[in-house]
Amino acid sequence: MKYIDEFRDASIANKYADAIRSITTRPWTLMEICGGQTHTIVKFGIEELLPPEITLVHGPGCPVCVTPIEILDKAMAIASTPGVIFTSFGDMLRVPGSSKDLLMVKAEGSDVRMVYSPLDAVKIAHMNPQKKVVFFAVGFETTAPANAMSVWQAERLGLKNFSILCSHVLVPPAMEALLSSPNNRVQGFLAAGHVCTVMGYEEYIPLAEKYSVPIVVTGFEPLDILQGVYMAVRQLEEGRREVENQYARSVKKEGNVPARELISRIFKITDRKWRGMGEIPSSGLTLREEFAAYDAEKVFDVATITAEESAACIAGLVLQGLKKPYECPAFGGECTPEHPLGAPMVSSEGACAAYYHYGRINGGRGVRAMGVGR
Amino acid sequence: MCLAIPGKVLEIDLTVQPAMGKVSFGGIQKKVCLEWMPDVKVGDYVIVHVGFAISKLNEEEALETLKLFDELDGSLDELKLPDPEEPR
Ligand code: SF4
Repeated sequence: MKYIDEFRDASIANKYADAIRSITTRPWTLMEICGGQTHTIVKFGIEELLPPEITLVHGPGCPVCVTPIEILDKAMAIASTPGVIFTSFGDMLRVPGSSKDLLMVKAEGSDVRMVYSPLDAVKIAHMNPQKKVVFFAVGFETTAPANAMSVWQAERLGLKNFSILCSHVLVPPAMEALLSSPNNRVQGFLAAGHVCTVMGYEEYIPLAEKYSVPIVVTGFEPLDILQGVYMAVRQLEEGRREVENQYARSVKKEGNVPARELISRIFKITDRKWRGMGEIPSSGLTLREEFAAYDAEKVFDVATITAEESAACIAGLVLQGLKKPYECPAFGGECTPEHPLGAPMVSSEGACAAYYHYGRINGGRGVRAMGVGR
Repeated sequence: MCLAIPGKVLEIDLTVQPAMGKVSFGGIQKKVCLEWMPDVKVGDYVIVHVGFAISKLNEEEALETLKLFDELDGSLDELKLPDPEEPR
């Protein structure tokens, strides 16, 4: 078992598509939460395998895409400060702030470095005691324990020159914000398998009950997505509204307990602004008071920076599943991966970039599905 | 960035803090933090995200999911009515 090829079998994918078709009697709109799932759906042409009654809308589950523009401006203000080494995951470097991106700041002579893991940033701080090293700590629950570990490790090593610019977001409050919106059209969710790998899925049970909506914890391979869709549609057709776990090979009900413990030792819950969605109560993580010395917003004087999003970009509507990327007037013209206007065009997990990359410019029905098509 | 992929554990080092190990992703080897994998063994598959193993893949559950695929196959065959045009 390699845990990849087994879940990409084209003949089984087609059988799943048939099975979904056979149980679907009316239109249903499902949302996949995670950008990684969006990527699989677009790359493997999953939508083309589904009956026309099923609409998949792409949720706000790309941390790069939902990081508000003012945090980016703060990141650039810190990165431009003399004596700073600013470290970040690669895909944050090209996200536009109000006037530039981190790569431009680097080109202007600042020390901006891409790291693979938050622990690499700690290592850089350890090796450069005369510099202030800042790590751009963005992400969902999946990334939170890794970023928490960087602070824990910096403290263990007694580092005084390490801090994080924290813009952590949480999935369930965003789902609740979508569900309680009068514009909501989502009738079922594919919950993000790796977020649940860390957090478990107990917190989704009250959401499924309160909003009467099926929530299926789903993996990232094509067959995972198809099975997740099948399970959600079957619930809808049978009148059930429950939390189910399609991704049991990775997700336990209680999640990864030691990782969760580290998150709550380092972070506490806070209100958080989402790009295009505004402020959502209790939807983010920030450092606990005991760790304030590691909070880059306190170390550097950037708390007052505010910024407005580009008016041309409809990322907010895309991230709420109200518009498809190709419905944006800027899509593919003014806005391309080379010159992104908004974050969903930057990250490989962003809906706009996924549609652009795989040529889904008109809704794509009838486009031959790659890999799993007939 | 949210990418998390399965890899096979090749080495485990519990003497360092946090615990580290070497994981192979289809032949490419990377150092990975194994701090949250208390019962991991060499040869296990783990899901790795930004240099951290976040779960040990459960083979039984994976086989169970694959079995569901098969069963679906069977139930569809049962449902399929014989095609009258088809030569037998
Ligand atoms: S295509 Fe570009 S401008 Fe339009 S919503 Fe997507 S990122 Fe924003």
